[in-house]
Amino acid sequence: MLGDYSLGDLSSIFVMQGFAGLILFSVYVLMALGLAIIFGQMGVINMAHGEFMILGAYMTYLCSGFFQTHLPALFPAYFFVAMAMAFLASGALGMLVEWALIRHLYKRPLDTLLATWGLSLILQQAYRSIFGAREVGVELPSWLIGSVQVTDTIEIPINGMFVMGVTTLITVGVAILMYRSRFGAQVRAVVQNRAMAGAVGIDTERVDRLTFGLGCGIAGIAGSAFTMVGSTGPTSGQLYIVDTFLIVVFGGAASLLGTIASAFSISQTQSTLEFFLSGSTAKVITLLAVVGILMLRPQGLFTLKVRR
Amino acid sequence: MIRSTSKPVVNDNPFMKPMEWVSLALLVAVIFVVLPMLLDAFRLNLVGKYLTYSFVALGLVICWGFGGILSLGQGVFFGLGGYLMAMYLKLEASSVENTKIQSTPGIPDFMDWNQITELPWFWKPFQSLPFTLIAVIVVPAFFAFVIGTAMFRRRVGGTYFAIITQAIAAILTILIVGQQGYTGGINGITDLRTLNGWDIRTDSAHAILYFVNGALLVGCILFAQAVKKSKLGRILLAMRDKEDRVRFSGYQVASFKTFAFCLAAVFAAIGGAMFTLQVGFMSPSFVGIVPSIEMVIYAAVGGRLSLFGAVWGTLLVNWAKTTFSESFPELWLFGLGALFIAVVLAFPNGLAGIYRTYVEPRLTRRVKALEPAPAVALPHAAE
Amino acid sequence: MNAALLPSHIIGADPAEKNFLLAVEALTVSFDGFKAVNDVSFYVDPNEIRVIIGPNGAGKTTVLDLICGRTKASAGSIKYKGQELTKLSESAIVQAGVGRKFQTPSIYDDLTVFENLEISFPRGRSVFGALTFKRDAEVRDRIEEVASMIFLKDQLLERAEFLSHGQKQWLEIGMLLIQDPELLMLDEPVAGMSVGERIKTAELLNQIIKGRSVLVIEHDMKFVEDIAHRVTVLHQGKVLSEGSMERVKNDPKVIEVYLGH
Repeated sequence: MLGDYSLGDLSSIFVMQGFAGLILFSVYVLMALGLAIIFGQMGVINMAHGEFMILGAYMTYLCSGFFQTHLPALFPAYFFVAMAMAFLASGALGMLVEWALIRHLYKRPLDTLLATWGLSLILQQAYRSIFGAREVGVELPSWLIGSVQVTDTIEIPINGMFVMGVTTLITVGVAILMYRSRFGAQVRAVVQNRAMAGAVGIDTERVDRLTFGLGCGIAGIAGSAFTMVGSTGPTSGQLYIVDTFLIVVFGGAASLLGTIASAFSISQTQSTLEFFLSGSTAKVITLLAVVGILMLRPQGLFTLKVRR
Repeated sequence: MIRSTSKPVVNDNPFMKPMEWVSLALLVAVIFVVLPMLLDAFRLNLVGKYLTYSFVALGLVICWGFGGILSLGQGVFFGLGGYLMAMYLKLEASSVENTKIQSTPGIPDFMDWNQITELPWFWKPFQSLPFTLIAVIVVPAFFAFVIGTAMFRRRVGGTYFAIITQAIAAILTILIVGQQGYTGGINGITDLRTLNGWDIRTDSAHAILYFVNGALLVGCILFAQAVKKSKLGRILLAMRDKEDRVRFSGYQVASFKTFAFCLAAVFAAIGGAMFTLQVGFMSPSFVGIVPSIEMVIYAAVGGRLSLFGAVWGTLLVNWAKTTFSESFPELWLFGLGALFIAVVLAFPNGLAGIYRTYVEPRLTRRVKALEPAPAVALPHAAE
Repeated sequence: MNAALLPSHIIGADPAEKNFLLAVEALTVSFDGFKAVNDVSFYVDPNEIRVIIGPNGAGKTTVLDLICGRTKASAGSIKYKGQELTKLSESAIVQAGVGRKFQTPSIYDDLTVFENLEISFPRGRSVFGALTFKRDAEVRDRIEEVASMIFLKDQLLERAEFLSHGQKQWLEIGMLLIQDPELLMLDEPVAGMSVGERIKTAELLNQIIKGRSVLVIEHDMKFVEDIAHRVTVLHQGKVLSEGSMERVKNDPKVIEVYLGH
């Protein structure tokens, strides 16, 4: 399949597909970041993570509509508001869910998985009842449409660069929050020794709730970014959940850097393969490779050897 | 050395306790007498379809309930069993005579539509019924053995295992849908007609298949009961609780887990094959993530530690699904979602737990001779 | 290795010539660069009771983990009756005759005392063997015999969950007894026990150590003095001192890091 292309063609294809995959990569990174916080730090399997993302996408859709009808002058800037709304809505729902459901199940990870699956079904049906079964799309402001011509054969979509920039900002923000801030220290303290963290005066329940809310909020932002690559339907989130879990596990659950590297390698492999093969074959090959590697190296790519 | 000369203080570890015999009799009566008497041919066929899911739930009781290994990919094995059966039936339905209008007669119609002119090599052996029947058992078992060995030897379990099995279910679905020339794609393998010349579409065939299905189910329950009663069953429970202790008592934990996983796969595959026979088609919608995790809820509703509960749970959930989605389709997903949450938060031992807590004490008070069955509590850490 | 540290009867003896039950040599394991066990060597004779002591974090439990295969060694060798253990799987090490008791009682809460003991009975350890395992008279007699040794004869049909902490410790010791290992490793067998239970446990241990070697980790010095033939002191992953309790107690190095504070 590669033989038909010259070397120059191939490198252009890789670069082009690489940038075409930017939004997908960003969605993956944001989804996986949220999941890595929830799964990696708290050990909770959140099967409804995709539905939190879709909530963000619907918030973006609502904002887009609202600005179009009521504040057309500000429409070019609506995407920033939409992202903030997506974060707040998903984060708030996340905290509510943690309080109502997750906190009762911290010692039963497999049961959390079933309960959050139930939650995802409820959310899907709720979206269907509220927004209808049909998929919806958003209007992009004109400055996000189009692409920058770099060379004759390579052009980069503007919305891709925008989403990439936002993703970078959020990733850096999360890294600072988790590794440099007092809150991050508290999260890690609770993860390592809940009883001791409680004993030194950390409100562990509050830390749990905020951590879960943060993870879900980031998923909401991922949903905002998602509206640029696909249309939003009640079950769109479900398609992403397996990929996202694989990314987190593949990267080594507790490592932020690993999560990003793994999101990058998976989305780029898939995006590059898609150029040569059908979408489904590309996906099968990518997922098979990941599962195969995980079977050989279950601890993921980036983990430290520690005493069990 | 103190040599004990007294009589053994331990009961004889009977194959089934009296109450379990009662449960079995009840199940047999319902499947073989009550339902066939009450239901018309269409509804009975529907129950037969539900009962094929209970094979999966039964396997999950062994694998997840006893062994603590949650597989979210049981649809893979259900689908494998179903597809392998469907391949045989499809080849029989695609005789040269039946398919003479095709550009290549004698191959399944969907292959012809996809410009495939020769039967692929992996389809050829399925012209033989004995081969197909063996493959229905062996292929899923082998597949489960490979996955289980690879994962359990590397000490992968718990949530990781659940995620990986789920990914496998996703991959297989995408593969089946994508390779429609070889698999029938999203529509699956349809228009199945005869089994070795016997028309499986008639009401009488449906009835016979229903009873065969019921008999196989009871057979699987008895086999599962034998496993549960053997030392292997106790080792599975022990392993779920203190894996290291079992390992340092000289057992290869990975082999036992693999066995439980393979057994669950074989049960699921038998169910899948019976599904194809009774329903007359097989499609990827029974393979993927959604059906796989829904099958877990059947076992959970019945009580994840109860073999009989698996069957009742499956019937109950599917009955509810049919009733609700007929009259209030929009409510069903809310109901199913709530069921997942309720069964985890409020009734972790499902129907069997409710029975043991509320019904059995009353029964045993009356029947004094019966020994109290110790309810095996749910482990708090399922890892 | 510092020869001056070794007890006189080991100096000059080539380990290969003497029939040690267990020979640990230059054993090292590092976790992410941190050497939890660093160049540890010691030898256990048949029928010897060896106690390993040392402050917290000295690497005592890790040494047991290494011997029973729970942790893989980075370097060094562990020879049990001349057989290299570092390359065997955990179950193969158990089947070779090494038994291990964990620090916290590790029993099966959901099973009865009888079933707990039965699982440790050394027969039917393969998948097929476990499927076809028969609870015959030999199994029953042995379980009852052990149950009376560990003071649990009347609790055989009780679920293990409902035992007291001390009874759980005894049950785990009983599970090891049924296994009948030639080398028995006990990690803090009397920790968390009441005085009465402690006395009974010492009595029990004195009974079961006959005919086998025992490797014990224990903090209770009174208990150590009662049972130890020889003592090995670990400190920061290394062997600090070795010999009789008397000798170790008077070793200035040991006094400095351990007994002195």
